[in-house]
Amino acid sequence: MTASVPAPASVPVSVPARLSARRITLAYGERTVSTGLSLDVPDGAFTAVVGANACGKSTLLRAFVRLLRPTAGTVSFDDRDVTRWRPKAIARQVGFLPQTLTAPENTRARQLVARGRYPHQSVLATWSPEDERAVDEAMAAAGVGDLADRELESLSGGQRQRVWIAMVLAQETPYLLLDEPTTFLDLAHQYQLLALLARLRDGGRTIIAVLHDLNQACRYADHLVAMREGRVVAEGAPADIIDAALVREVFDLPCVVVPDPVTGAPMVVPTP
Amino acid sequence: MRTETPAAPPAGVRVALLVAALAALLLAAGASLCVGAGTVPPAEVWRAVTGGAGPHARLIAREVRVPRTVLAVGVGAALGCAGTLIQTLTRNPLAEPGVLGVTFGAGFAISLGAALGVAGHQATQLALAFTGSLLAALLVHAVGRTSPLRLLLAGTALSFVLGGLSLGMRLTFPDVLDRYRFWSVGSLAGREQVSPTVPLLVMALALAGALLLTGPLNALALGEGVAPALGAHVPRPRIAVLGLVTVLAGTATAVAGPITFLGLMVPHLARRAARGSLRWLMAYTMVLGPLLLLTADIASRVLLPTGEVPVAVVTAFLGGPVLIWAVRRRGAIAL
Repeated sequence: MTASVPAPASVPVSVPARLSARRITLAYGERTVSTGLSLDVPDGAFTAVVGANACGKSTLLRAFVRLLRPTAGTVSFDDRDVTRWRPKAIARQVGFLPQTLTAPENTRARQLVARGRYPHQSVLATWSPEDERAVDEAMAAAGVGDLADRELESLSGGQRQRVWIAMVLAQETPYLLLDEPTTFLDLAHQYQLLALLARLRDGGRTIIAVLHDLNQACRYADHLVAMREGRVVAEGAPADIIDAALVREVFDLPCVVVPDPVTGAPMVVPTP
Repeated sequence: MRTETPAAPPAGVRVALLVAALAALLLAAGASLCVGAGTVPPAEVWRAVTGGAGPHARLIAREVRVPRTVLAVGVGAALGCAGTLIQTLTRNPLAEPGVLGVTFGAGFAISLGAALGVAGHQATQLALAFTGSLLAALLVHAVGRTSPLRLLLAGTALSFVLGGLSLGMRLTFPDVLDRYRFWSVGSLAGREQVSPTVPLLVMALALAGALLLTGPLNALALGEGVAPALGAHVPRPRIAVLGLVTVLAGTATAVAGPITFLGLMVPHLARRAARGSLRWLMAYTMVLGPLLLLTADIASRVLLPTGEVPVAVVTAFLGGPVLIWAVRRRGAIAL
């Protein structure tokens, strides 16, 4: 990092943001998803992006990891347009786990996790002790250490999902973006994963996850981004922004918001 | 050689299997030098290869069987490797190197050349076949570059068009049929008019290039949602892979005729032994391809007492059942 790129003085930023979107327009061909969207991802926090289906949450994440190029505006990391970074250099900063995942047949769990080391290797790379350590740690953190030599086809959906999470952990990026990582997990594993993400946040990483369960988002995230029809409707600490009016606006769901009996975080209880 | 995942315990098994396959390949190469229409005892063959022996043995061994054997090794390795590349890139176990239009492009070029009366010499045929496969692959890539599925569809569609056009020419002009027939049966014999050095060199370079691509290809094989986030360029290695498949399959097809079926089959035989490692899969297919083609070529010389069976026929004959066996053994989850 150098001081050669001063932040514009006119934009006061309350939280330091290394990853940010500035007035981006996102579209798939003719279909525009978002127009003029801006978002600063708070550094070192666990951000949850919530919203109804097709509100542009996944699309926003895809723009953050260069899978979708904005037709206007820029996504930048450390004040530099992400599309101008060298691919491997940005992949050492920002990791991403999409919703739909497929691996070649016969791939073993550990082999998949090892591929997370790709951005750390050169063309003629040999496997280094550093890679070995990263893969071991990632597998242990995701709780899949004992599955190392199993073929992915032979694993349950939940086990497979955790192997993929180990892969993106092995990438050892300070920023971790996950698109609905809890989808294939049973309830216990969902909470285990969220606790793991919170631990990673405590260890200094920045987490951005699209989550479907609003209560899980309120309990684990420091920062909530609520989206509707491609726009950010509200963002802030869950306790500051979640109320019945917001939930009705974002999800069209009548509800009451009460304090979670365990953590005191806001808890959404739908009313029939 | 280090593997991608050194912790996988059976690395020793993989080495042993590779050594065994190499030994089998050596045996097959030896047999290929000794077996054929003219009877030359093995000791005489050895002396011929190392420089001694009489003129008859020397002619058969050095002018006919050595080039034929070397060519079989090169073509087998090229097709096996091309099959691995295209199946990994398209993530389709049914893809074969000819799917980019290479096979029918070559066949069309030879038919067209024969119809125009320019396909007389073997060197011309070789150039025609190679140019045809290259142009066909370029066209397929131009149409289908956005996704692997479109690529397969474009290749299949173009193959049908070119196949139909060549068939039309062959039915209209009888001498086209004659020229085409010789090439289309697929053979490693009777190619003595042209030195195999250039095609072999091209294939060797492409094989080396393929080994360098395993890293990006491993990342690419995780799909277009993951590969870019891992820092892999998406279009660049894909274009490189398609280029290598075209060169490997195009050269092999130009030299030995349409036997790209070998490229479909060989990766399936090796996949289980490679235990998910692309590097090992590549190494295995580069040994198993030649082994299978040499075996088929030897069989093609001895199956009929009256003459030779085209190697393409034997490859299909031998390879079909072997492929069915491999697929059945892998069980229901495989395909």
